Amino acid sequence: MRTTTILDMKKTRRVNLWLIGQFLFLCGAGVAPVAAQNRLDSLQHLQELTVTAHRKEAVIAPQKLSGETLSRLNSLSVADAIRFFSGVQLKDYGGIGGIKTINIRSMGSNQTGVFYDGIQLGNAQNGQIDLGKFSLDNLEEIAIYNGQKSEILQPARDYGTSGSVYLRSRRPRFDGAKKYNLRLTLKGGSFGLVNPSVLWEQKISRQVNSSFNAEYTHATGRYKFRYRRVLPDGSTAYDTTAVRQNGDVEALRLEGGFFGSTDRGDWTAKAYFYNAERGIPGPILNNVWRHGERQWDRNFFTQGSWQSPAGKRYRLLVNAKYAYDYTEYLRDDPREMYIHNHYRQQEGYLSAAHLLHLFPWWEVSLSTDLQWNYLDADLNDFVYPTRYTEMIAVATSFQWKRLHIQGSLLGTFIQEQTRLYNPSPHRDEYSPALFVNYRPLAQHDLQLRAFCKRAFRMPTFNDLYYTDIGNKYLKPEFTVQYDGGISYRKSWEQAFFNTFEITGDGYYNIVTDKIIAYPTGRQFRWSMLNLGRVEIRGCDLSVQTTALVGKVTIGLQGKYTYQKAQDFTDPDYKYYGDQIPYIPLHSGSVMAWGIWKAWSLQYSFIYTGERYSNSENTAANRLQPWYTSDLSLSRTFSIKKIACKASAEVNNLFNQHYDVIANYPMPGTNFKITLTIQL
Amino acid sequence: MKKIFFLSALCMLGILSSCRNDEPTVPSTNTPVTDGNPSTPGFYVLNEGQMGSNNSTLDFFDASTGIYSADIYAERNPTVIKELGDTGNDLKVYNGRLYAVMNGSHKVEIMTADSAKHIAEVDIPNGRYICFDGETAYVSSYVGASYGEGDIKGAVYRFNTKTLSVIDSVVVGYQPEELAIANGKLYVANSGGYRYNSGYDNTVSVIDLATFQKIKDITVDINLHRVKADNKDNLYVSSRGNYMDIAANLYVIDAQSDNVIDTLNIGATDICIVGDTAYTYSSEWSNETFGYTYTYHTIDLNTREVAEAQFITDGTTLVATYGMAVDPKTRQIYFTDAGDYVNSGSVYCFSPAGKLQWKADAGVSPGHIAFTE
Repeated sequence: MRTTTILDMKKTRRVNLWLIGQFLFLCGAGVAPVAAQNRLDSLQHLQELTVTAHRKEAVIAPQKLSGETLSRLNSLSVADAIRFFSGVQLKDYGGIGGIKTINIRSMGSNQTGVFYDGIQLGNAQNGQIDLGKFSLDNLEEIAIYNGQKSEILQPARDYGTSGSVYLRSRRPRFDGAKKYNLRLTLKGGSFGLVNPSVLWEQKISRQVNSSFNAEYTHATGRYKFRYRRVLPDGSTAYDTTAVRQNGDVEALRLEGGFFGSTDRGDWTAKAYFYNAERGIPGPILNNVWRHGERQWDRNFFTQGSWQSPAGKRYRLLVNAKYAYDYTEYLRDDPREMYIHNHYRQQEGYLSAAHLLHLFPWWEVSLSTDLQWNYLDADLNDFVYPTRYTEMIAVATSFQWKRLHIQGSLLGTFIQEQTRLYNPSPHRDEYSPALFVNYRPLAQHDLQLRAFCKRAFRMPTFNDLYYTDIGNKYLKPEFTVQYDGGISYRKSWEQAFFNTFEITGDGYYNIVTDKIIAYPTGRQFRWSMLNLGRVEIRGCDLSVQTTALVGKVTIGLQGKYTYQKAQDFTDPDYKYYGDQIPYIPLHSGSVMAWGIWKAWSLQYSFIYTGERYSNSENTAANRLQPWYTSDLSLSRTFSIKKIACKASAEVNNLFNQHYDVIANYPMPGTNFKITLTIQL
Repeated sequence: MKKIFFLSALCMLGILSSCRNDEPTVPSTNTPVTDGNPSTPGFYVLNEGQMGSNNSTLDFFDASTGIYSADIYAERNPTVIKELGDTGNDLKVYNGRLYAVMNGSHKVEIMTADSAKHIAEVDIPNGRYICFDGETAYVSSYVGASYGEGDIKGAVYRFNTKTLSVIDSVVVGYQPEELAIANGKLYVANSGGYRYNSGYDNTVSVIDLATFQKIKDITVDINLHRVKADNKDNLYVSSRGNYMDIAANLYVIDAQSDNVIDTLNIGATDICIVGDTAYTYSSEWSNETFGYTYTYHTIDLNTREVAEAQFITDGTTLVATYGMAVDPKTRQIYFTDAGDYVNSGSVYCFSPAGKLQWKADAGVSPGHIAFTE
């Protein structure tokens, strides 16, 4: 057994060396064409600029929340905002501290990639990205792409997801001759929330800016919840109200970066640090109203990016990242077994993407990524896995008049090593994708679009190696997606309507070799298996309009999602063909806002239809629909030329008591006040 | 325009708002599965549910009508907050009462044996199995009185069935499982199931009933689970092995000498003693076929002779056998099938000749059967 391991290691190393060589060669090759560019005359240059600027868009535009719309939401975390996208379900374990993960088009949260400032956030241990940990305080834009971001100059990793969320933090901007920006924000409200933050942006030189952002969050996480049952005659069977316990959070986020913009390219270098202690509130069970689990997180990453200027025949994008994530889990409850574990994850990442502009209508690109992951845990019999991932993507993009096509092929090559036992076998997987967009009318912004894509997710380290549960022979979990859609956009100057936009998409997704836990014996013996098959038929609709009524700007946005996500694992199962857990057939949201002078008022409504807490669609597993209304009012004003903003919000206006996940009660009506000062 | 916005928003609200209703108590499902036979006893089935999901449920088979009623607890006890609770692990009928050990809800639920009406609950943390002697109930628990970092030993708690108050507890081995009474002593099988890396526990703890003190630990084999007493002061103790190179086994302890007097060389996932016969079945997971293989045995309690048996002879296959019970009068054999352990399982009734009599849909992970007296 030992010999095989050593042999495997050697092989792995050779592959890595070869790839690193390849990678460096490709990086170096990029230098020559950059110099050659300068011979282009200015006219050519100009033309190319316009073309490129147009082409910079993804073939299929994402759903976006940005700028004012995002800040008006008054949400605390990315998770709160993500609920306003269509095709998306948020798994929310309740309160400020509960885990919140996103599931795009029912393919599972592990199939979703979350990118922060252009580089994917990794979690090789369990594949979960808790969006509740990402503050909206410093975010400028959230975008959701189905399939992948259909751009052409991007890292190979961006071609690998089944759906992705891109979070973009604010880049420093200065009005006129201003040399710095200083923004102080204080939020407070229900759940004992105290949330101050500071943003300091400084112009260092003509070409370099810096940004520093700090945020502290303290919350007791206490809120009232209610469980009520009625008898068939309508009278109350039981009706109990209690206070959520052990949901407290204390977190500090520090984020800073430098942003450079020169004639020879743009670069950023940033660091992110997050330190938090939280209680894990756990499920509310009969006779159990409080749990004793706690978790400490320390996340650190530093990343850099360099991009050669737009408009050149050859362009290069280089990204690098190092991340260190520490998690400490403690179960200190006299009624349960004592558990105290520490997990340390590291990730190294290097990427080079090359774009060659062959003709005005044809671009090709090559991206090469290298990634290294390591997990250390103080579990008994732990194998200490290391994963090497090499990714190579080739992509091409054509644009003839109003037709835009992009095709890409990603090869992913994975080798693993373990300190104990044999590692999981090597994996070589290929993910092809095709995106098409056609504008049939020259005068109107009507777009017909379609894509198909095959992608996969690797089993996580927990799936493969978790002591006693892991199954190292697990295969990746695959998705195949087909999507067709239409969008129409119109804007008027001077008219009653300012803008009007409608989009609709129909899709069919198949998840095969779905990784599920399956019990393999009587006691503590669950194992991960590639067992499931899920088929998803869905449609996403969205309408958006703004209008000017007198001096009031009014906006309205509606989103609707229909998803029939059925389990087709085994015809012998009782739930063959049933809707998979926690996916509603119908869901949607409405957002309406009005802006008058310095005032702005927003109403938002979220609806999630009935769901099942388990694979079987029985009455006992049925969860009621839930819908909440949120209202916020804000006003900008100035005191001695200092710009200020105050806002007040009421969430869950009608005090609905509901569970997103069964036995994890959500808060009723809650309040928040925000004060912002801009210097 | 404003009006249109307002109206359409209101309209949408109206359509959507109509969907949420008051949450009703989940009713039982009553299915006739066989002809009624008043001469045989009915039984309750405890479905364990999924840990942390609060979906443990209780079923009742009424032999006199042949109707199987699934999920009866909430319907019969609608005022109990959050229903039966989380992860039921043992079910017994004793002196006209039905006792359910609710591991995840940290309590023993006490109901009337004839109608499953809630009487009271006794808080016992992390309870596993229950047994009785006179007015006292004994419950094994994974957590003992001492608590802190590192491995902790389990305990046996005792409570008075009349006053329903916990009297005290005594520390035993690691992760104690089933317990049984013989010769004035209480025997607890310690598994050490959470300590599979540092070695399982391998002892049966012996507690003197009169003093409620631990007298000794009898070394048997690793990862012990079942312990059943026959009427000859012998205890049948099962070991689960380590699921790898050490196989499951079955041992006999003499309650007079407290020595291991016999090794039967069969695995026993469950043991049912009826008269002079013990019925056992053993399930073993295979990583090659990703399925279970089952073996069935009977043991003659007079001679301790083991005979291979066929409890299912008509080719009926179960996905994941999870519990067994033998009707003391008719010798019909009941098996529970946990299926995928996440969704609803089934209960099967076989004649003494191994022919399927009837089958019923149960709750999630049906694992424990208790006959009405």
